[in-house]
Amino acid sequence: MQTKEDIGKDRLLWMYNQMVRIREFEERVKRTFVEHPGVIRGHTHLADGAEASIVGALSTRNDDDPVMPSYRCHGYPIVLGTRPGRIMAEIYGRRDGLCKGFGGSMHLADPAHHFPGASGIVGQGIAHATGVALTAQVKNTGQVVYSFFGDGSSKQGAFFESLNLAAIWKLPIVFILENNQYQAYTHISLEDANAAAGDPLSKKAEAFSIPGVTVDGNDVLAVREEVAKAVARARAGAGPSLIESKFYRFSAHGNAITVPPVPTQFPQHEAVEVYGRKAEYEAARASDPIARFRSQLINDGLLTEAEARRIEDGARAEMEDAVRFALASPFPSPEEALNYVFA
Amino acid sequence: MAREMMFAEAIAAAISEEMERDPNVVYYGQNMAMTERDPFLKKFGKNRVRITPISETAEMGAAVGAAMTGLRPIVELYMAEFMLVAFDEAINEAPRLRYMSGGQVKVPLVFKAGFGFAAGWAGQHSNCTYHAMMGIPGLKLAIPSTPADAKGLMTAAIRDDNPVVYLHHYMLTIDKGEVPDGDYIIPFGVADVKRSGTDVTIVATAWMVKKALAAADKLAEEGISAEVIDPRTLAPLDVDAILTSVNKTGRLVIVDQATRHASAAVVIAAEVAERGFQSLKAPVKLVTSLDATIPYSEPLESYVLPSEDKIVQAVKSVLIENAAAV
Ligand SMILES: Cc1ncc(C[n+]2csc(CCOP(=O)(O)OP(=O)(O)O)c2C)c(N)n1
Ligand SMILES: [Mg+2]
Repeated sequence: MQTKEDIGKDRLLWMYNQMVRIREFEERVKRTFVEHPGVIRGHTHLADGAEASIVGALSTRNDDDPVMPSYRCHGYPIVLGTRPGRIMAEIYGRRDGLCKGFGGSMHLADPAHHFPGASGIVGQGIAHATGVALTAQVKNTGQVVYSFFGDGSSKQGAFFESLNLAAIWKLPIVFILENNQYQAYTHISLEDANAAAGDPLSKKAEAFSIPGVTVDGNDVLAVREEVAKAVARARAGAGPSLIESKFYRFSAHGNAITVPPVPTQFPQHEAVEVYGRKAEYEAARASDPIARFRSQLINDGLLTEAEARRIEDGARAEMEDAVRFALASPFPSPEEALNYVFA
Repeated sequence: MAREMMFAEAIAAAISEEMERDPNVVYYGQNMAMTERDPFLKKFGKNRVRITPISETAEMGAAVGAAMTGLRPIVELYMAEFMLVAFDEAINEAPRLRYMSGGQVKVPLVFKAGFGFAAGWAGQHSNCTYHAMMGIPGLKLAIPSTPADAKGLMTAAIRDDNPVVYLHHYMLTIDKGEVPDGDYIIPFGVADVKRSGTDVTIVATAWMVKKALAAADKLAEEGISAEVIDPRTLAPLDVDAILTSVNKTGRLVIVDQATRHASAAVVIAAEVAERGFQSLKAPVKLVTSLDATIPYSEPLESYVLPSEDKIVQAVKSVLIENAAAV
């Protein structure tokens, strides 16, 4: 096990900074629905609550390791080095957006930063990630692919087919099942056989005879530890692993589904809105992964209150800029719609 | 008696009434019936109303098996594109099993799904896929445009002894209209004249009916009388009703939210070309989506979709003297 000294102060503060940046970005997306109604269309999914899981996992990456998230995909490129303004501009449908306004929130892509692209169809990203690992294996690049997907996605055929394939081909990939307790409005206990039986979801790994482990997704260092092991295994040619990272999504699944011109906003989390379980939601919020890491770092003398504020203020200013940049960006002109149909 | 209802309420009313009538009707899907408060769960219980994981292959495949053995499942699939994950069940299983068994089994089920949500749902949630389900022997396809039709077609779908894909347009979800109470069935394969006219026939389905009617209003201001026909089911397709109208007007514009070669419009155009050629005073005109995946950004999305203006232009183009030469 790596100690904080092994990781080093710089890296730890980098991790804290990335977590804060993701949270701040997502808060700005959410606020946009209130401050600029109509600017975000369609369906948008946020990563608040997932910060420790995302950053803990990505902190183990080599610079050229590919990352394949689901449609809940704002958090990863922020860590990979994509300019937040370009992500925001995409979510606002603008020409300076990461995908020039063609994709929107669910379909971000930034191949230049090793993020080939996200699918909005539940589970398909797992198969695509498997193919990205095939490229790495065939070309012998030494890369390991990070495949992120939800608990709900693990009930798709694509999940079972992909893990089996990756296992028999010993593909260099780590499957990170983000168990945020809900698939849309459905609690995990209603949709997952392992959960219904009181077992961890990592048990699914047994079906493919690959390592499977469950980790506290609110503990950034614990996530880092487990992912690092799986990455080392994959890089050594021993094949895939499944990591269940357990945390809690803090916002509702997505903004409310409305028919235009009825405005859309984020409703309350399903725990409250659908199931009336306010205590569950409040308990989850009380174990916020960012607050937890912050006080850990302060207690260990690795972060001062002033340094923490500087990081937080920096993220706020950066995301304020991202909003300003996105709002100022023009819309694509209509005829551009026929671009990019074929290569 | 009739009652004003929203489109989505009319569908729910049909399902509820049929579940009351026939204990073999079961209803399941993702993200429905989560709690005891759900009206269907309250009324019909956990045995017949179920929540499923995100497993379209199992959801649709299990419906096929259940239908072969005596149940009449309705599968709530939300977005028609999610069916693509398990398209085998819709195209190559449900409609073929009766035939391959030499008529021994039947597969009475409803795959219910929304489509066409032109509200920024972008590249994988708002394209149109129904063309692929037309012309599959053994498969029926309903695509209502009003709350009353939504109820009548859902009732017919549930009572039908064949697999039915029932597509409701998301942009119509909260539209209101008069819906007859009680048993109300619209037989499959019967088109409806949504507005009668004499100068041109406009054929449209679902949300496009609304746009065609709005275009017809505009055209009326200029003294052009358009007849708007909604086939209501694409399989079977009421070609006769379209031919009757074209025989009267001599001109045909077909509006379809799908891309041109993946549309119902091309099938309708071919039928009219073969059987109604003598009635035509001008070439048939298609108003479809442009050949692109639905883009996210609003100006791009509006550019590729059919619009009221595009319909008006198309009608004018078939009305001008010597349209054949244009
Ligand atoms: C094949 C398919 N079925 C259904 C959906 C609708 N849908 C979108 S997100 C979602 C929930 C996914 O939950 P999970 O995998 O746990 O990911 P989370 O949103 O919690 O991150 C559902 C059902 C879809 N996009 N694709
Ligand atoms: Mg989930």
